[in-house]
Amino acid sequence: MKATVVVRPKDGILDPQGDAVQHSLRALGFDVASARIGRVVDLEIAADDRADAEAQVRRMCSELLANPLIESFEIRLEDE
Amino acid sequence: MTDRPLVAVVVFPGSNDDHDAAWALGAVGAEPVLVWHQDEELPPGVGAVVLPGGFSYGDYLRTGAIASVSPVMGAVREFAAAGGPVLGICNGFQILCEARLLPGVLLPNRQLEFVCRDATLRVESAAAPFMSRCTVGQELVIPVKHGDGAWYADEGTFVQLAARGQIVLRYAEDVNGALGNVAGVINDAANVMGLMPHPEHAVDPLLGSADGGLLLAALVDAAAAYRVALAPA
Repeated sequence: MKATVVVRPKDGILDPQGDAVQHSLRALGFDVASARIGRVVDLEIAADDRADAEAQVRRMCSELLANPLIESFEIRLEDE
Repeated sequence: MTDRPLVAVVVFPGSNDDHDAAWALGAVGAEPVLVWHQDEELPPGVGAVVLPGGFSYGDYLRTGAIASVSPVMGAVREFAAAGGPVLGICNGFQILCEARLLPGVLLPNRQLEFVCRDATLRVESAAAPFMSRCTVGQELVIPVKHGDGAWYADEGTFVQLAARGQIVLRYAEDVNGALGNVAGVINDAANVMGLMPHPEHAVDPLLGSADGGLLLAALVDAAAAYRVALAPA
């Protein structure tokens, strides 16, 4: 099964990369009030069903893919 | 058999201050031993563990994240839980935070620039064994070199750490955007410490400062004391 994890910096967390991108976009003439940079992880996993897949990916997020102090995550499952 | 305390220096793929750390520990009286990250056990007789600086796993995902789940960390976790002294320097600090052995996390420097220079640090607490050769208020000059050194914790954690004396070192000025200019912290039990500056690069006046030697020598004292405490009566 394919799964996608989107990891984002939580509100209020320093994101200097996002700030630099926002400034660059503004320099290009775009009216950008904020830019935040996260991460996308595409996974292919072995799972019995969607519930199993979701449970596995949730554990991957809490054990490695996201740091709950500073990041939130969102899981999307996609059937073959 | 040497009577110098054995101090393990863990080598991850991408560590680059492992040999400097080993050399500096030797210079302040330890018998350093390099331990590979795939090892599931620490060598017998180890009195302290150092996680050195570098860029383990290329800083992929988040700095220190992948190293924090490598096989050796199980042994480091057990060693720390038993009261063994553990010091994380720079990337080692990032790894200890990601392993939740220390509070907080290291974010990219606010200025998005790699910072590489001598930093003046203020000793905030001398209660931890690592700080036993320093006094509160003392200033230390120790170099920093990092891109992800802005320590961060939520406000409640920060206030609690400060009240408990777990913030042991602060930069004398804003170096990287770290909350409260925090440069080094210890855990609840005061046997695990992490700091972004590199004490192993400041052990000889010829190289600009010997202040880092105070921290490493204190670690060696702690390693010796830990072995004595474990020894059969």
